[in-house]
Amino acid sequence: MIHAITLTPYDWLDLFTHFALLSLLSVGGTITAAPEMHRFLVDEKHWLSDASFSSSIALAQSSPGPNVLFVALIGWHIGLNAGGGLGGGILAWSLGMLGILITMTGIMLPSSVLTYVATKWAHDNRNFLSVRSFKSGMAPLVIGLLVSTGWVLLGAHNNITQDWRLWLLAGGAVIMILRTSVHILWLMAAGAAFGALGWL
Amino acid sequence: MTLETTHLQQPGSKTELFIAFTLLALQGVGGVLTVAQRELVERRKWMTNQQFVEEWSVAQVMPGPNVVNLGLMLGGKYFGMAGAAAAVSGLLIAPLILVLGLAILFGGVSDNPMAQGALKGMGAVSAGLIIATGIKLSSSLRQNPMGLGTAWLLALAAFVMVGILRLPLAWALLGLGLLGCGLAFRALSQTKSKEKNS
Repeated sequence: MIHAITLTPYDWLDLFTHFALLSLLSVGGTITAAPEMHRFLVDEKHWLSDASFSSSIALAQSSPGPNVLFVALIGWHIGLNAGGGLGGGILAWSLGMLGILITMTGIMLPSSVLTYVATKWAHDNRNFLSVRSFKSGMAPLVIGLLVSTGWVLLGAHNNITQDWRLWLLAGGAVIMILRTSVHILWLMAAGAAFGALGWL
Repeated sequence: MTLETTHLQQPGSKTELFIAFTLLALQGVGGVLTVAQRELVERRKWMTNQQFVEEWSVAQVMPGPNVVNLGLMLGGKYFGMAGAAAAVSGLLIAPLILVLGLAILFGGVSDNPMAQGALKGMGAVSAGLIIATGIKLSSSLRQNPMGLGTAWLLALAAFVMVGILRLPLAWALLGLGLLGCGLAFRALSQTKSKEKNS
């Protein structure tokens, strides 16, 4: 599964600026920017395989902590790919760490600075009409983007005859979350078990 | 609210903020919202329920991860920039080490068909979880000042542009976002002037 790539310093800068831009666009959580990351990293630049992209999200979601950590895993995988995979030794590990640093700083810094400054400003000025318009106007988009993210993650394989089991599993997960209060970890474990048994 | 506010407590130090947010993050698998409410309101009593809902909706509207934004706002309120940094590093450092460990473990067995199958299954489940969150939140569109129909159309348009047509996110956010904010502004100022006239 080694996906060897070469990254120039310019490519790293490109990665950083792209994530810094996405940071400001990720209204409703970083996960809403996932389709765009997929388009840029997997389809356009080929820095990351589709499997690594999906596994980054799946691992970050089944591990405790904010979901934004999937970005760190994406950075880690890109760095590893640039360094020749996990077997690439010190070089691969350092590039993996560099990848984490670049993607995480890119995705965190601009939105954090903006949030910090803007919430201070909003608190001091309390301009309710404009704040409420922004909130209500963005709400439908946040919902549409969340569903898009799930859709892109599922439809990545583009083969309905083979993928109907994946769709069934995802549909089951949707129903379980909406109808029951079962813990997310159990659903993840069930998905992992189905997959490990070769049913997918 | 005044009665509730008098019982409120404050984090004593930046270290306490850091620890509180580390513990919060480590408990939150998938959804951090429930854990955040339990820790910050019920256990530590740093804010009232109403304050929590207000802060959370702002955190959600600002770009960036919701819970990180909440940490920035809360940490900044008590200790300024250093407090915000303490809360955010609490949220990120321990979980980052944990998830990286998981990724390395998985990387070692990623050629194994069973591991690949397991991750494929987890990927499908996590896609389902994200879609379910979108469906859950869509019930809030009923209270949208633009009206349910318009709000649904905007949500659907965002899905078609980004999910189906795979257009760049910026197009959808700038185009539909401006349209949405404009429509919401018009609807809100109309209700406001109606209230004034009556």
